[in-house]
Amino acid sequence: MRREVPIIVTLIAGLLFLLDYFIKIPLISGIVGEFETWAIVISAFALGLGAANLFRIHLQKAIKKSEGWYNSVLLLVSMVVMAISGIGWTQTNSIYSYMFDNIFVPINGTMFALLAFYLASASYRAFRVRTPEATVLLVSAVIVMVGNAPVGRLIWEGFPGYSSWIMSVFNSAGMRGIIIGASLGAIVTSLRIIFGIDRSYFGGQ
Amino acid sequence: MSDFIIMSRLILFVLTIGFSLSMIIIIKNAKKGKKPFIRKINGLEAIDEAVGRATEMGRPVHFSPGIASLSEEQAAQSLAGLSVLGYVAKLTAKYDTTLITTIRIPEMLPIAEEVVKQSYVTEGKPDAYNPNNIRFLSNEQFAYAAGCLGIMTREKVATNIMMGAFWAESLIFAEGGFAAGSIQVAGTANYHQIPFFIAACDYTLIGEELFAAGAYLSEDPLLLGSIAVQDIGKALAIILIAIGSITTQFEWTVITDFISKYSAL
Repeated sequence: MRREVPIIVTLIAGLLFLLDYFIKIPLISGIVGEFETWAIVISAFALGLGAANLFRIHLQKAIKKSEGWYNSVLLLVSMVVMAISGIGWTQTNSIYSYMFDNIFVPINGTMFALLAFYLASASYRAFRVRTPEATVLLVSAVIVMVGNAPVGRLIWEGFPGYSSWIMSVFNSAGMRGIIIGASLGAIVTSLRIIFGIDRSYFGGQ
Repeated sequence: MSDFIIMSRLILFVLTIGFSLSMIIIIKNAKKGKKPFIRKINGLEAIDEAVGRATEMGRPVHFSPGIASLSEEQAAQSLAGLSVLGYVAKLTAKYDTTLITTIRIPEMLPIAEEVVKQSYVTEGKPDAYNPNNIRFLSNEQFAYAAGCLGIMTREKVATNIMMGAFWAESLIFAEGGFAAGSIQVAGTANYHQIPFFIAACDYTLIGEELFAAGAYLSEDPLLLGSIAVQDIGKALAIILIAIGSITTQFEWTVITDFISKYSAL
């Protein structure tokens, strides 16, 4: 039963969602709508499960005074304060809003901004002229970057044209090839899961 | 007929039925022992080597199944990532190496726990399974990225495997792993993130290779057979591209108009 029930549920749900996408039957649309509501409820419960997992792991670390235990304490305190202020007095209360706007948002923004530095270091490694492929990558990247920068047109008027040629011919062709392959892969993976051929999602039994 | 079938999706409907039937036929042949040919995928061959390296160094392996939820378009990538997780967990169980799996999507947590636990049971080492190593970090994209970076740096992971759907955090992970000195194997079908993985990782699975990964690693003839359906789809795509190129060249738009009309999403 442990093996059969998930396969049957997946098959029924998968076929219903597929049918609803292609065929107009009010009964099936109603059932699919109901499933979507269940999915939201399950996700909410899963979030609670996730929070419990986080709490348990960091509480153990703090109690055992494992390496970096003070980070775990900070995380637990932040988590409890945010949860109590958000759930207890809704997310519009001043304490929650203050912490969200002045702590969470700037930290989130900083993480995103760090990307610029990571981009520079990864580009440096990728563009080192060691192989013919890296050389092609470097030359194309320089043309595209210079062509898209305002200064590119001032250096040579041909840069923007070559830049858009690389992007619209080579880049688009490669990208579409990847998209077609990936889409076919996603379709086949989905069919494998719906028909119960691929059971890796519950331990591959 | 048009009251029953959504006509703008007619071609997709026919293709889905065609793919399903092809899959059934190919799998029936595979059951008879006809094993399909699958080309070598270096990124997947490298997983054994990468886990072996972590074992030799006595340091953990980090695995991320991406950040896509199971109820969106990219769910297939997350499920493909979980297939690879099962294989990696079997290797880490076999070699007694620590496997840290980080999770962003809450509903992925129990699934990842089950996949890893089952792999340890299959390898005959249920006691070695540690639920504390399957960690939900945050459902916020950059908080999850920060958590992964912290784990890679503090726990000095020797191997960083990322298989699934990734967005802006992909380069943060890859560069974080590089800074921690990890050997990195990544795979995604999000075409806008593939260049970052190629630039920063040792091995990258591009697009369809991610979806073939589970079947490739399991060596199950049934799963391998299903990959052949992708080749049928690719052949069909090539034919359509050729027809589209020729007819467009001669400004004959009947076929492209028909496809546009009946294959809208």
